Amino acid sequence: MSDPDKVLATFVVNGEPHQCAFAPHKTLLEVLREELDLCGTKHGCELGECGACTVQVDDVPVLSCLYLALDAVGKQVRTVEGLANGPTLHPLQDAFADLGAAQCGYCTPGVLMTAEALLRDNRCPSRDEVKQCLAGNLCRCTGYLKIFEAVELAAARMRGEDKQPSKESIYGS
Amino acid sequence: MGLDEQKTAPSVVRADAPWRHDAKKDELRVIGKPIRKIDARSKVAGLTKFADDLKLPRMLHMKLLRSTAAHAVIKHIDVSKAKSMPGVKGVLTGQDMPIPFGILPVSQDEHALCLDTVRFVGDPVVAIAAMEEEQAWDACRAVEVEYQTLQTIGSSHEAAATDEPRLHDYGVRGNIHRLENLEFGDLKDGFARADHIREDTVFFEGNTHLPMEQHATLAHFDKDGKLTIWSSTQTPHYLHRALARVLHPLPAHHIRVIACPNGGGFGGKSDPFNHEIAAAKMSMLTGRPVKIALTREEVFWCHRGRHPVLMRSKMGVTKTGRITALDFESYLDGGAYGSYGTASTFYTGALQTVTYAVENYHFRGVRFFTCKAPCGPKRGHGTVQPRFAIEVQLDKVACDLGLDPAEMRKQNLAPRESLTANFLRIGSMGLGACIDKVVEGSGWKARRGKQERTKDGRIRGLGLACSSYLSGAGLPIYWNGLPHSGVQLKLDRSGLVTVFCGSTDIGQGSDSVLSWIVGEVLGVDPLGIRVVTSDTDLTPVDLGSYSSRVTVMTGNAAMQAAERARDIVARGAAEHLQVPVNRLVFADARVFDSENPDKGISFQDAVIAAEARCGTIGTVGSYTPPKTAAKFRGGGVGPSPSYSYSACVVEVEVDPDTGIYRVPKVWMAHDIGRALNAAVAMGQIEGSVYMGLGEAMMEEMAYRDRSHKGHRVFVHKIPSLLEYKSPSTMEMPEVVTYVVEDPDKNGPFGAKEVGQGPLLPIMPAVANAVFDAVGVRVDENPISFEKVFAALLAKKEGKDARFGPSLGKDGVPQVDFGDSLKVKTPWQGGDGTAWNEPKRDKKAAK
Repeated sequence: MSDPDKVLATFVVNGEPHQCAFAPHKTLLEVLREELDLCGTKHGCELGECGACTVQVDDVPVLSCLYLALDAVGKQVRTVEGLANGPTLHPLQDAFADLGAAQCGYCTPGVLMTAEALLRDNRCPSRDEVKQCLAGNLCRCTGYLKIFEAVELAAARMRGEDKQPSKESIYGS
Repeated sequence: MGLDEQKTAPSVVRADAPWRHDAKKDELRVIGKPIRKIDARSKVAGLTKFADDLKLPRMLHMKLLRSTAAHAVIKHIDVSKAKSMPGVKGVLTGQDMPIPFGILPVSQDEHALCLDTVRFVGDPVVAIAAMEEEQAWDACRAVEVEYQTLQTIGSSHEAAATDEPRLHDYGVRGNIHRLENLEFGDLKDGFARADHIREDTVFFEGNTHLPMEQHATLAHFDKDGKLTIWSSTQTPHYLHRALARVLHPLPAHHIRVIACPNGGGFGGKSDPFNHEIAAAKMSMLTGRPVKIALTREEVFWCHRGRHPVLMRSKMGVTKTGRITALDFESYLDGGAYGSYGTASTFYTGALQTVTYAVENYHFRGVRFFTCKAPCGPKRGHGTVQPRFAIEVQLDKVACDLGLDPAEMRKQNLAPRESLTANFLRIGSMGLGACIDKVVEGSGWKARRGKQERTKDGRIRGLGLACSSYLSGAGLPIYWNGLPHSGVQLKLDRSGLVTVFCGSTDIGQGSDSVLSWIVGEVLGVDPLGIRVVTSDTDLTPVDLGSYSSRVTVMTGNAAMQAAERARDIVARGAAEHLQVPVNRLVFADARVFDSENPDKGISFQDAVIAAEARCGTIGTVGSYTPPKTAAKFRGGGVGPSPSYSYSACVVEVEVDPDTGIYRVPKVWMAHDIGRALNAAVAMGQIEGSVYMGLGEAMMEEMAYRDRSHKGHRVFVHKIPSLLEYKSPSTMEMPEVVTYVVEDPDKNGPFGAKEVGQGPLLPIMPAVANAVFDAVGVRVDENPISFEKVFAALLAKKEGKDARFGPSLGKDGVPQVDFGDSLKVKTPWQGGDGTAWNEPKRDKKAAK
């Protein structure tokens, strides 16, 4: 179907240029999922309420459901697919897997992209800082606790510490 | 070794402990260890394919036009304009799918698209498929529907008072869907022996699951005349049955249902849904793949969440706090359809006896049809509301008698290995240990009732509550004598073990459970096992991910299949190694002689030896729960292979002027039988605490009662993720979790459920903690700040320091419950039947 109203644009996503045509009112979320097949980014509300669609644009976490795709042209977009280094998971991903911080896994990509930006700015965030940072990412499975612990575990590992999850967080008190 | 000898070789399966509940921790290499979930890597990489992540060539997008009337007859639908809109490829109305369906055989009351009547705002009326999603929306707007409105039934009270018009032409009478009246033991005697009797009326507002993933379905009716459905469903088997029913004459074996990993379910994806069936029909109509992805608002209309339940409870106790009798009534606002409502009604009465020993028990329950989104099963299905009522009442009783609420509960514990008044069979029972843990951890004895002030002037309080929950329903949803879970194993010469099972991973880790159990039995790395699940073409039936049944039921089936595979492989290895088969050990991907561990072969070589000996290796396992002891009508809801137990203490800090409170800390102990994976079990407990706090503090499925063109409609007040308040990271308290392990002989390695039980005690514990802090009772969940404030105000004005439903006769709807079915308790010599039950005609029972 040809559509004269579509625009042709080139995005840089996860360091790779992608050219595609889309209606100018399309959000970054829609273009990522529907045009570029990058379905790791999820939709939970499409109203900017849940954080599931969080990606990074020029290193800043944004809600891709409220972000016009056209506004991302010429910027660096990073999605969950760009987090791992080849087959090697990002330390955040490893920590999330170790602790079971991803249950259903639907909010996980958005949480990871938010947390990754935090750890770039703050190598040693306090529990309160982690909570503040993730306050816009809803999760219905975990009760957030394993997510907090995983972010802190990843932060420690990224600082070069040989850290393992605490006994209480795995076996209980 | 000769063949005869092989045949008689002892199996590792023991008749007295087939599921190895008594295995010692140090004997286990996989079970109990915090290994990663089998799908952890794909989840953190964003590679898990949820239903809406799928697309097929030539795929159409479908949208539903939903009713704007709350109760009306459809006079006319004009789709002519919509049909000619750009991109439109298919239009369906109710007449295209006239066969009704529903999750329970007794309530086949839904249509994929409303046939002639709409029963709530949001009921689907027309389905339209188009090339683009937006085109389908536009076409929906071009449809004209003429409604003849009917009287709207807005609440349980209204339903009880309104016989006509009826929402459905089945049910008990008027707008009463179900009515139950069951009496166990001698209530009169029980109350006569009581030193103290309390009567309370409490209300539990409805709330919804709010999974992060909206429901989505992709249907493809291919050129071979077979239908494939990928869907976000917790129950592919039941969806399969509903599709076969509605799409008749398409045979069931031409329908394949694949449940995608669910982005959260919590019970909200357990019904077969209208959109799933409509997408299938649309694909059959257009010959193209059809996808529907619901919007967040539509997920609120799908609902099937927690029933609003009004409850009246009369409890008799001795001076020392022993319960002598309980008379419990529940009034459920069911919404527009049956859904699981029959089971929900029974569940508001069934488990009262499983937590505490109730010697004499009377339960009356009624479910009404109302013009609102249908209620159904949400985490804790039907048992959550009565748990709130009972645990708050116990707190009041303890207060009345000057007893410690924790000690009083311990006096009343249901005994392990016993039959309850309503003939539920309790196995392992670790509630006493759970109470001890949270009492000690929270400093309960020293800190309760102290009304300590925080620095910002708030008052601290502690509240305690307990609960029990089932590890799977003892009976299937439709009457049959078949296994509830089946597992097939394939072992091939690469050393790969493949597990096939119909269960569905909704984030709780059920795929991983299969791999841990098979990995333990066969001594292989669970992360190396291939797990194929929830595909009705490929995997044996499992009834679904509901009622906390999966770990126990698929776990036992997987264990049986794995034990059988182990036997086959062991015989091959024994022959190869010339070692008696009963001396072989399977561990670390090796099979070796227990008396000479160096003498062994790799698991792969053992499989090869076995395949050479007896051909291709495949085994099956299946599980059917033990027969229930209850034989009275209604006794089918409540039985379970085992029951989990939880106890918690919640700490609150309440502002005595405003009623605003926060929850800084929760202590939660859960008797899980045995944790198959410590870290994953912790995640389930913490998630339950979180969801419980959401229900306690803020979540409610609230409606606006509005007039639309002179017709009264109920529209959801807040159908969005932001406005339907749920806890964010900022509200989540510190949680101290205790995993109590009291292995049950009916569970794999002794495991019981964990996904639902720990949610139950949170809400009453919050209510009790608020009372401990500021001396007011909020007898209505959620315990929102406004309600605490209202109760504080009442207290200040010298009125009853309480917020809740009226305690008078008008507090509950007026319903004639008729005569009760009377059942003698086990200690009265009862046999599980009702002595006054009319003989049931076998045909009628079917």
